[in-house]
Amino acid sequence: MTDVVTTVGSGSRPRLPRGVRLKHDPARGEWFLLAPERVVKADNIAVEILRRCDGTATLDAIVDDLAQHFSADRARIQTDVKALLAELAAKRMMDL
Amino acid sequence: MSPAQTKSEPPAGLLAELTHRCPLGCPYCSNPLELDARELELGTAAWQRVFSEAAALGVLQVHLSGGEPAARRDLEEIVGHCAKEGLYTNLITSGIGLTKERIAVLAQAGLDHVQLSIQDCEPHSADYIAGYNGAFARKKMVAAWVTQEGLPLTVNAVIHRANISRAGKLVELAVGLGARRVEIAHAQYYGWAIRNRAALMPSVAEAEAAIAEVEALKQKLSGTIVIDHVNPDYYARTPKACMGGWGKRILNVTPSGKALPCHAAETIPGLIFWNVADHSLADIWASSPAFNAFRGVEWMREPCRSCPRREIDFGGCRCQAFALTGDARQADPVCHLSPHHGRVQQIAAELSQAGAAKSAAAYIYRRVKQREPA
Repeated sequence: MTDVVTTVGSGSRPRLPRGVRLKHDPARGEWFLLAPERVVKADNIAVEILRRCDGTATLDAIVDDLAQHFSADRARIQTDVKALLAELAAKRMMDL
Repeated sequence: MSPAQTKSEPPAGLLAELTHRCPLGCPYCSNPLELDARELELGTAAWQRVFSEAAALGVLQVHLSGGEPAARRDLEEIVGHCAKEGLYTNLITSGIGLTKERIAVLAQAGLDHVQLSIQDCEPHSADYIAGYNGAFARKKMVAAWVTQEGLPLTVNAVIHRANISRAGKLVELAVGLGARRVEIAHAQYYGWAIRNRAALMPSVAEAEAAIAEVEALKQKLSGTIVIDHVNPDYYARTPKACMGGWGKRILNVTPSGKALPCHAAETIPGLIFWNVADHSLADIWASSPAFNAFRGVEWMREPCRSCPRREIDFGGCRCQAFALTGDARQADPVCHLSPHHGRVQQIAAELSQAGAAKSAAAYIYRRVKQREPA
Protein backbone atom coordinates (compact mmCIF):
# COMPACT_ATOMS: atom_id res chain seq x y z
CA MET A 1 0.00 0.00 0.00
CA THR A 2 1.12 3.51 -0.77
CA ASP A 3 2.22 5.54 2.17
CA VAL A 4 0.48 8.88 1.97
CA VAL A 5 1.11 11.87 4.21
CA THR A 6 -2.06 13.57 5.43
CA THR A 7 -0.77 15.63 8.34
CA VAL A 8 0.05 19.23 7.63
CA GLY A 9 3.43 20.03 9.19
CA SER A 10 5.00 23.50 9.15
CA GLY A 11 7.70 22.18 6.82
CA SER A 12 5.18 20.59 4.39
CA ARG A 13 5.52 21.79 0.82
CA PRO A 14 1.93 21.41 -0.43
CA ARG A 15 1.34 20.90 -4.11
CA LEU A 16 -1.68 20.26 -6.31
CA PRO A 17 -1.10 16.80 -7.78
CA ARG A 18 -1.32 16.16 -11.50
CA GLY A 19 -4.98 15.92 -12.42
CA VAL A 20 -6.00 18.64 -9.96
CA ARG A 21 -6.00 22.20 -11.15
CA LEU A 22 -7.35 25.63 -10.44
CA LYS A 23 -9.27 27.24 -13.25
CA HIS A 24 -10.96 30.57 -13.72
CA ASP A 25 -14.19 30.17 -15.66
CA PRO A 26 -15.13 33.28 -17.61
CA ALA A 27 -18.68 31.95 -18.29
CA ARG A 28 -19.52 32.08 -14.55
CA GLY A 29 -16.92 34.60 -13.43
CA GLU A 30 -15.71 32.17 -10.77
CA TRP A 31 -12.77 29.98 -9.82
CA PHE A 32 -13.00 26.21 -9.66
CA LEU A 33 -10.76 23.45 -8.45
CA LEU A 34 -11.01 20.69 -11.04
CA ALA A 35 -10.16 17.14 -10.01
CA PRO A 36 -11.04 13.61 -11.12
CA GLU A 37 -14.86 13.62 -11.45
CA ARG A 38 -15.01 16.63 -9.12
CA VAL A 39 -15.70 20.31 -9.61
CA VAL A 40 -15.34 22.41 -6.46
CA LYS A 41 -16.08 26.12 -6.41
CA ALA A 42 -13.13 27.99 -4.88
CA ASP A 43 -13.77 31.24 -2.99
CA ASN A 44 -11.24 34.09 -3.02
CA ILE A 45 -9.43 32.91 0.10
CA ALA A 46 -9.13 29.35 -1.18
CA VAL A 47 -7.78 30.68 -4.48
CA GLU A 48 -5.13 32.74 -2.67
CA ILE A 49 -4.09 29.69 -0.66
CA LEU A 50 -4.12 27.24 -3.56
CA ARG A 51 -2.12 29.37 -5.99
CA ARG A 52 0.69 29.43 -3.40
CA CYS A 53 0.78 25.61 -3.18
CA ASP A 54 3.51 25.12 -5.77
CA GLY A 55 5.48 22.32 -4.10
CA THR A 56 8.31 24.74 -3.32
CA ALA A 57 6.93 27.03 -0.62
CA THR A 58 6.63 25.54 2.88
CA LEU A 59 3.44 25.83 4.91
CA ASP A 60 5.19 28.40 7.12
CA ALA A 61 6.17 30.50 4.14
CA ILE A 62 2.66 30.31 2.68
CA VAL A 63 1.11 31.42 5.98
CA ASP A 64 3.62 34.29 6.35
CA ASP A 65 2.88 35.45 2.84
CA LEU A 66 -0.89 35.32 3.33
CA ALA A 67 -0.71 37.09 6.71
CA GLN A 68 1.21 39.89 5.05
CA HIS A 69 -1.01 39.99 1.96
CA PHE A 70 -4.23 40.24 3.99
CA SER A 71 -2.68 42.12 6.97
CA ALA A 72 -4.37 39.47 9.10
CA ASP A 73 -3.69 37.48 12.26
CA ARG A 74 -1.10 34.79 11.50
CA ALA A 75 -2.47 32.16 13.90
CA ARG A 76 -5.92 32.42 12.40
CA ILE A 77 -4.59 32.15 8.85
CA GLN A 78 -2.54 29.13 9.83
CA THR A 79 -5.65 27.40 11.17
CA ASP A 80 -7.59 28.12 7.98
CA VAL A 81 -4.78 26.99 5.69
CA LYS A 82 -4.18 23.78 7.61
CA ALA A 83 -7.89 22.96 7.61
CA LEU A 84 -8.20 23.45 3.85
CA LEU A 85 -5.04 21.47 3.04
CA ALA A 86 -5.98 18.58 5.35
CA GLU A 87 -9.46 18.41 3.84
CA LEU A 88 -8.08 18.34 0.32
CA ALA A 89 -5.37 15.81 1.22
CA ALA A 90 -8.01 13.45 2.63
CA LYS A 91 -9.70 13.63 -0.79
CA ARG A 92 -6.38 13.10 -2.61
CA MET A 93 -6.67 16.58 -4.09
CA MET A 94 -3.48 17.86 -2.42
CA ASP A 95 -0.03 16.35 -1.94
CA LEU A 96 1.72 17.32 1.29
CA MET B 1 -41.18 28.71 -19.98
CA SER B 2 -40.45 28.81 -16.29
CA PRO B 3 -37.58 30.93 -14.94
CA ALA B 4 -35.61 27.74 -14.32
CA GLN B 5 -35.61 27.13 -18.06
CA THR B 6 -34.62 30.57 -19.24
CA LYS B 7 -31.93 31.19 -16.63
CA SER B 8 -30.38 27.73 -16.48
CA GLU B 9 -26.77 27.56 -15.30
CA PRO B 10 -24.27 26.36 -17.85
CA PRO B 11 -23.50 22.64 -17.73
CA ALA B 12 -20.39 21.68 -15.74
CA GLY B 13 -19.81 18.42 -17.58
CA LEU B 14 -20.09 16.91 -21.04
CA LEU B 15 -20.22 13.15 -21.43
CA ALA B 16 -19.07 12.46 -24.97
CA GLU B 17 -19.76 8.97 -26.22
CA LEU B 18 -17.24 8.97 -29.04
CA THR B 19 -18.26 5.54 -30.30
CA HIS B 20 -20.44 2.61 -29.32
CA ARG B 21 -17.82 0.15 -30.58
CA CYS B 22 -16.28 -1.83 -27.72
CA PRO B 23 -14.39 -5.12 -27.57
CA LEU B 24 -16.01 -6.00 -24.24
CA GLY B 25 -19.57 -7.19 -23.76
CA CYS B 26 -20.34 -6.27 -20.14
CA PRO B 27 -23.94 -7.28 -19.41
CA TYR B 28 -24.61 -4.09 -17.40
CA CYS B 29 -23.43 -1.64 -20.05
CA SER B 30 -25.22 1.70 -19.79
CA ASN B 31 -25.34 2.11 -23.57
CA PRO B 32 -28.72 1.70 -25.23
CA LEU B 33 -29.77 -1.66 -26.66
CA GLU B 34 -29.76 -0.08 -30.13
CA LEU B 35 -26.13 0.87 -30.64
CA ASP B 36 -24.95 3.44 -33.20
CA ALA B 37 -23.04 1.82 -36.06
CA ARG B 38 -19.60 3.11 -37.00
CA GLU B 39 -20.90 4.76 -40.18
CA LEU B 40 -23.11 7.04 -38.07
CA GLU B 41 -20.31 8.33 -35.81
CA LEU B 42 -19.42 12.02 -35.85
CA GLY B 43 -16.08 12.72 -37.50
CA THR B 44 -13.05 14.39 -35.92
CA ALA B 45 -13.93 17.92 -37.05
CA ALA B 46 -17.53 17.62 -35.80
CA TRP B 47 -16.37 16.50 -32.35
CA GLN B 48 -13.80 19.29 -32.23
CA ARG B 49 -16.52 21.83 -32.94
CA VAL B 50 -18.69 20.30 -30.17
CA PHE B 51 -15.83 20.60 -27.66
CA SER B 52 -15.12 24.20 -28.65
CA GLU B 53 -18.80 25.03 -28.22
CA ALA B 54 -18.80 23.23 -24.88
CA ALA B 55 -15.86 25.29 -23.58
CA ALA B 56 -17.55 28.52 -24.71
CA LEU B 57 -20.79 27.45 -23.01
CA GLY B 58 -19.03 26.96 -19.65
CA VAL B 59 -18.41 23.21 -19.61
CA LEU B 60 -15.48 22.55 -17.26
CA GLN B 61 -14.92 18.82 -17.65
CA VAL B 62 -15.32 16.48 -20.60
CA HIS B 63 -15.64 12.76 -20.12
CA LEU B 64 -14.54 10.89 -23.23
CA SER B 65 -16.45 7.67 -23.14
CA GLY B 66 -18.17 5.14 -25.35
CA GLY B 67 -18.27 2.24 -26.05
CA GLU B 68 -14.51 2.18 -25.94
CA PRO B 69 -13.09 5.59 -26.90
CA ALA B 70 -9.70 4.04 -27.74
CA ALA B 71 -11.46 2.33 -30.66
CA ARG B 72 -11.24 5.72 -32.37
CA ARG B 73 -7.94 6.38 -34.10
CA ASP B 74 -8.40 10.13 -33.65
CA LEU B 75 -8.60 9.92 -29.83
CA GLU B 76 -5.20 11.62 -29.45
CA GLU B 77 -6.29 14.45 -31.74
CA ILE B 78 -9.55 14.87 -29.83
CA VAL B 79 -7.76 14.97 -26.45
CA GLY B 80 -5.32 17.54 -27.80
CA HIS B 81 -8.20 19.71 -28.95
CA CYS B 82 -10.00 19.49 -25.59
CA ALA B 83 -6.81 20.43 -23.76
CA LYS B 84 -6.28 23.39 -26.09
CA GLU B 85 -9.79 24.58 -25.21
CA GLY B 86 -8.86 24.44 -21.51
CA LEU B 87 -11.27 21.59 -20.76
CA TYR B 88 -10.45 19.12 -17.99
CA THR B 89 -10.23 15.92 -20.02
CA ASN B 90 -11.17 12.58 -18.54
CA LEU B 91 -10.81 9.31 -20.45
CA ILE B 92 -13.30 6.60 -19.45
CA THR B 93 -11.90 3.37 -20.82
CA SER B 94 -11.91 -0.41 -20.65
CA GLY B 95 -8.17 -0.18 -21.36
CA ILE B 96 -8.49 -2.48 -24.37
CA GLY B 97 -6.94 -0.75 -27.36
CA LEU B 98 -4.52 1.33 -25.29
CA THR B 99 -0.78 0.70 -25.46
CA LYS B 100 2.09 2.17 -23.47
CA GLU B 101 2.90 4.36 -26.47
CA ARG B 102 -0.67 5.60 -26.93
CA ILE B 103 -0.93 6.50 -23.24
CA ALA B 104 2.30 8.50 -23.48
CA VAL B 105 0.94 10.39 -26.50
CA LEU B 106 -2.39 11.04 -24.73
CA ALA B 107 -0.57 12.36 -21.64
CA GLN B 108 1.54 14.59 -23.87
CA ALA B 109 -1.62 15.84 -25.60
CA GLY B 110 -2.92 17.09 -22.24
CA LEU B 111 -5.10 14.29 -20.88
CA ASP B 112 -5.93 15.04 -17.22
CA HIS B 113 -7.24 11.76 -15.85
CA VAL B 114 -7.97 8.13 -16.69
CA GLN B 115 -10.87 6.07 -15.40
CA LEU B 116 -10.31 2.36 -16.00
CA SER B 117 -13.02 -0.26 -15.61
CA ILE B 118 -12.22 -3.49 -13.73
CA GLN B 119 -14.84 -6.24 -13.79
CA ASP B 120 -13.65 -8.31 -10.80
CA CYS B 121 -10.46 -9.07 -8.86
CA GLU B 122 -10.49 -12.73 -9.87
CA PRO B 123 -9.15 -13.06 -13.42
CA HIS B 124 -11.52 -15.80 -14.64
CA SER B 125 -14.59 -14.10 -13.27
CA ALA B 126 -13.44 -10.71 -14.59
CA ASP B 127 -12.96 -12.09 -18.10
CA TYR B 128 -16.28 -13.95 -17.98
CA ILE B 129 -18.16 -10.80 -16.98
CA ALA B 130 -16.42 -8.78 -19.71
CA GLY B 131 -16.99 -11.54 -22.26
CA TYR B 132 -13.33 -11.15 -23.31
CA ASN B 133 -10.46 -13.49 -22.57
CA GLY B 134 -7.36 -11.82 -21.20
CA ALA B 135 -9.14 -8.56 -20.37
CA PHE B 136 -8.12 -8.60 -16.70
CA ALA B 137 -4.40 -9.16 -17.39
CA ARG B 138 -4.41 -6.42 -20.01
CA LYS B 139 -6.14 -3.96 -17.67
CA LYS B 140 -3.48 -4.46 -15.02
CA MET B 141 -0.84 -3.56 -17.60
CA VAL B 142 -2.82 -0.49 -18.67
CA ALA B 143 -3.11 0.67 -15.03
CA ALA B 144 0.68 0.40 -14.65
CA TRP B 145 1.31 2.38 -17.86
CA VAL B 146 -1.10 5.11 -16.73
CA THR B 147 0.54 5.57 -13.32
CA GLN B 148 4.07 5.31 -14.79
CA GLU B 149 3.12 8.18 -17.06
CA GLY B 150 2.17 10.16 -13.93
CA LEU B 151 -1.52 10.38 -14.84
CA PRO B 152 -4.04 10.10 -12.00
CA LEU B 153 -6.01 6.86 -12.14
CA THR B 154 -9.53 6.00 -11.04
CA VAL B 155 -10.71 2.39 -11.01
CA ASN B 156 -14.38 1.87 -11.76
CA ALA B 157 -15.90 -1.39 -10.55
CA VAL B 158 -19.54 -2.17 -11.24
CA ILE B 159 -20.88 -4.38 -8.45
CA HIS B 160 -23.47 -7.09 -9.00
CA ARG B 161 -24.18 -10.63 -7.87
CA ALA B 162 -21.08 -12.25 -9.41
CA ASN B 163 -18.60 -9.97 -7.62
CA ILE B 164 -20.51 -8.43 -4.72
CA SER B 165 -18.76 -10.62 -2.13
CA ARG B 166 -15.45 -9.10 -3.30
CA ALA B 167 -16.44 -5.40 -3.17
CA GLY B 168 -13.83 -4.75 -0.46
CA LYS B 169 -11.16 -6.71 -2.33
CA LEU B 170 -11.84 -4.57 -5.40
CA VAL B 171 -11.04 -1.49 -3.34
CA GLU B 172 -7.76 -3.11 -2.24
CA LEU B 173 -6.98 -4.02 -5.85
CA ALA B 174 -7.50 -0.37 -6.84
CA VAL B 175 -5.07 0.75 -4.12
CA GLY B 176 -2.55 -1.84 -5.33
CA LEU B 177 -2.89 -0.57 -8.91
CA GLY B 178 -1.97 2.93 -7.72
CA ALA B 179 -5.42 4.48 -8.15
CA ARG B 180 -6.14 7.67 -6.20
CA ARG B 181 -9.86 7.12 -6.54
CA VAL B 182 -12.19 4.13 -6.92
CA GLU B 183 -15.84 3.96 -7.85
CA ILE B 184 -17.69 1.09 -6.25
CA ALA B 185 -20.84 1.36 -8.28
CA HIS B 186 -23.66 -1.07 -7.67
CA ALA B 187 -25.27 -1.86 -11.02
CA GLN B 188 -27.91 0.62 -12.10
CA TYR B 189 -30.69 -0.93 -14.10
CA TYR B 190 -30.75 0.84 -17.45
CA GLY B 191 -29.71 -0.21 -20.94
CA TRP B 192 -28.22 -3.69 -20.97
CA ALA B 193 -28.42 -4.00 -17.19
CA ILE B 194 -32.20 -3.98 -17.16
CA ARG B 195 -32.17 -6.78 -19.72
CA ASN B 196 -29.77 -8.74 -17.48
CA ARG B 197 -31.44 -7.79 -14.20
CA ALA B 198 -32.09 -11.36 -13.03
CA ALA B 199 -28.46 -12.35 -13.61
CA LEU B 200 -27.12 -9.23 -11.86
CA MET B 201 -29.41 -8.59 -8.89
CA PRO B 202 -27.85 -9.40 -5.52
CA SER B 203 -29.92 -10.29 -2.48
CA VAL B 204 -30.65 -7.63 0.12
CA ALA B 205 -28.29 -9.42 2.57
CA GLU B 206 -25.44 -9.38 0.03
CA ALA B 207 -26.08 -5.72 -0.74
CA GLU B 208 -26.09 -4.72 2.93
CA ALA B 209 -22.88 -6.64 3.67
CA ALA B 210 -21.08 -5.03 0.70
CA ILE B 211 -22.25 -1.53 1.65
CA ALA B 212 -21.04 -1.94 5.24
CA GLU B 213 -17.67 -3.30 4.10
CA VAL B 214 -17.06 -0.47 1.63
CA GLU B 215 -18.24 2.26 4.02
CA ALA B 216 -15.78 0.98 6.64
CA LEU B 217 -12.97 1.08 4.07
CA LYS B 218 -13.90 4.65 3.19
CA GLN B 219 -12.91 5.73 6.70
CA LYS B 220 -9.91 3.45 6.96
CA LEU B 221 -8.41 4.49 3.61
CA SER B 222 -9.16 8.23 3.81
CA GLY B 223 -6.13 10.02 2.38
CA THR B 224 -4.98 6.89 0.51
CA ILE B 225 -7.84 6.44 -1.90
CA VAL B 226 -11.13 8.23 -2.40
CA ILE B 227 -14.02 5.78 -2.51
CA ASP B 228 -17.11 6.92 -4.36
CA HIS B 229 -19.93 4.58 -3.53
CA VAL B 230 -22.96 4.29 -5.78
CA ASN B 231 -25.70 2.56 -3.81
CA PRO B 232 -27.82 -0.32 -5.10
CA ASP B 233 -30.92 1.78 -5.56
CA TYR B 234 -33.53 -1.01 -5.65
CA TYR B 235 -32.66 -1.41 -1.97
CA ALA B 236 -32.54 2.30 -1.14
CA ARG B 237 -35.14 4.46 0.64
CA THR B 238 -34.42 7.75 -1.08
CA PRO B 239 -33.58 8.10 -4.76
CA LYS B 240 -30.30 9.34 -6.21
CA ALA B 241 -30.10 12.90 -7.52
CA CYS B 242 -29.86 11.52 -11.04
CA MET B 243 -27.39 13.52 -13.19
CA GLY B 244 -27.43 16.16 -10.43
CA GLY B 245 -30.83 17.19 -11.78
CA TRP B 246 -32.24 16.93 -15.31
CA GLY B 247 -30.64 19.50 -17.61
CA LYS B 248 -28.84 21.06 -14.67
CA ARG B 249 -25.21 19.94 -14.65
CA ILE B 250 -24.46 17.50 -17.44
CA LEU B 251 -25.17 16.84 -21.05
CA ASN B 252 -24.48 13.73 -23.04
CA VAL B 253 -23.72 13.50 -26.74
CA THR B 254 -24.13 10.12 -28.46
CA PRO B 255 -21.76 8.80 -31.16
CA SER B 256 -24.14 10.04 -33.87
CA GLY B 257 -24.45 13.49 -32.28
CA LYS B 258 -27.74 13.34 -30.43
CA ALA B 259 -27.69 15.51 -27.29
CA LEU B 260 -29.32 13.82 -24.30
CA PRO B 261 -29.98 15.02 -20.74
CA CYS B 262 -28.79 11.59 -19.58
CA HIS B 263 -27.48 8.50 -21.32
CA ALA B 264 -30.71 6.55 -20.84
CA ALA B 265 -33.06 9.40 -21.84
CA GLU B 266 -33.95 7.78 -25.17
CA THR B 267 -35.87 5.10 -23.27
CA ILE B 268 -38.53 7.71 -22.37
CA PRO B 269 -41.07 7.87 -25.19
CA GLY B 270 -42.08 11.19 -26.69
CA LEU B 271 -38.95 13.21 -25.90
CA ILE B 272 -37.51 15.22 -28.78
CA PHE B 273 -33.72 15.27 -28.93
CA TRP B 274 -31.72 17.71 -31.01
CA ASN B 275 -28.53 16.78 -32.82
CA VAL B 276 -25.26 18.72 -32.63
CA ALA B 277 -25.21 18.65 -36.44
CA ASP B 278 -28.32 20.87 -36.52
CA HIS B 279 -28.00 23.05 -33.40
CA SER B 280 -25.24 24.62 -31.34
CA LEU B 281 -24.62 23.17 -27.91
CA ALA B 282 -25.72 26.45 -26.30
CA ASP B 283 -28.98 26.34 -28.25
CA ILE B 284 -29.54 22.71 -27.26
CA TRP B 285 -28.85 23.40 -23.58
CA ALA B 286 -31.25 26.35 -23.47
CA SER B 287 -34.04 25.28 -25.80
CA SER B 288 -34.02 21.61 -26.72
CA PRO B 289 -37.44 20.14 -25.82
CA ALA B 290 -35.84 17.09 -24.17
CA PHE B 291 -33.70 19.24 -21.87
CA ASN B 292 -36.67 21.34 -20.79
CA ALA B 293 -39.02 18.39 -20.29
CA PHE B 294 -38.01 17.74 -16.65
CA ARG B 295 -35.96 20.80 -15.80
CA GLY B 296 -36.66 22.47 -12.47
CA VAL B 297 -39.68 21.41 -10.39
CA GLU B 298 -42.65 22.52 -12.49
CA TRP B 299 -43.19 19.10 -14.05
CA MET B 300 -43.44 17.36 -10.69
CA ARG B 301 -46.48 15.65 -9.25
CA GLU B 302 -47.05 14.52 -5.69
CA PRO B 303 -45.34 13.26 -3.61
CA CYS B 304 -42.42 15.18 -5.23
CA ARG B 305 -44.12 18.53 -5.74
CA SER B 306 -44.40 19.42 -2.05
CA CYS B 307 -41.42 17.34 -0.90
CA PRO B 308 -38.68 19.11 1.11
CA ARG B 309 -36.13 17.01 -0.83
CA ARG B 310 -37.41 18.07 -4.26
CA GLU B 311 -34.33 20.20 -4.97
CA ILE B 312 -31.99 17.70 -3.34
CA ASP B 313 -32.82 14.59 -5.35
CA PHE B 314 -35.11 16.16 -8.00
CA GLY B 315 -37.56 13.27 -7.66
CA GLY B 316 -34.84 10.78 -8.56
CA CYS B 317 -34.43 9.32 -12.00
CA ARG B 318 -36.95 9.95 -14.79
CA CYS B 319 -35.83 6.90 -16.77
CA GLN B 320 -36.24 4.65 -13.75
CA ALA B 321 -39.67 6.15 -13.01
CA PHE B 322 -40.69 5.30 -16.56
CA ALA B 323 -39.10 1.84 -16.55
CA LEU B 324 -40.80 0.79 -13.31
CA THR B 325 -44.12 2.67 -13.37
CA GLY B 326 -44.70 3.38 -17.06
CA ASP B 327 -44.82 7.14 -16.36
CA ALA B 328 -41.73 9.35 -16.39
CA ARG B 329 -43.46 12.05 -14.26
CA GLN B 330 -43.94 9.77 -11.29
CA ALA B 331 -41.56 9.89 -8.33
CA ASP B 332 -38.66 7.49 -8.83
CA PRO B 333 -40.18 4.42 -7.12
CA VAL B 334 -36.91 3.87 -5.26
CA CYS B 335 -38.30 6.60 -2.98
CA HIS B 336 -40.14 5.26 0.07
CA LEU B 337 -42.81 7.92 -0.51
CA SER B 338 -43.69 6.53 -3.94
CA PRO B 339 -46.86 4.43 -4.06
CA HIS B 340 -44.85 1.96 -6.18
CA HIS B 341 -42.00 1.59 -3.67
CA GLY B 342 -43.04 -1.81 -2.33
CA ARG B 343 -43.07 -3.18 -5.85
CA VAL B 344 -39.39 -2.27 -6.36
CA GLN B 345 -38.25 -4.26 -3.36
CA GLN B 346 -40.49 -7.12 -4.44
CA ILE B 347 -38.94 -7.12 -7.93
CA ALA B 348 -35.45 -7.11 -6.42
CA ALA B 349 -36.20 -9.99 -4.06
CA GLU B 350 -37.90 -12.09 -6.75
CA LEU B 351 -35.17 -11.52 -9.31
CA SER B 352 -32.32 -12.21 -6.90
CA GLN B 353 -33.94 -15.51 -5.89
CA ALA B 354 -34.75 -16.54 -9.45
CA GLY B 355 -31.25 -15.66 -10.65
CA ALA B 356 -29.47 -17.31 -7.74
CA ALA B 357 -31.35 -20.55 -8.46
CA LYS B 358 -29.38 -20.87 -11.70
CA SER B 359 -25.89 -22.33 -11.22
CA ALA B 360 -24.02 -19.87 -13.44
CA ALA B 361 -24.99 -16.41 -14.55
CA ALA B 362 -26.33 -16.56 -18.09
CA TYR B 363 -25.62 -13.12 -19.47
CA ILE B 364 -26.97 -11.50 -22.56
CA TYR B 365 -23.74 -9.81 -23.58
CA ARG B 366 -23.82 -6.30 -24.95
CA ARG B 367 -23.11 -6.31 -28.66
CA VAL B 368 -23.98 -4.41 -31.80
CA LYS B 369 -27.10 -5.92 -33.31
CA GLN B 370 -26.31 -8.00 -36.38
CA ARG B 371 -27.97 -6.68 -39.49
CA GLU B 372 -30.91 -8.75 -40.68
CA PRO B 373 -30.04 -10.44 -44.00
CA ALA B 374 -31.66 -8.60 -46.88
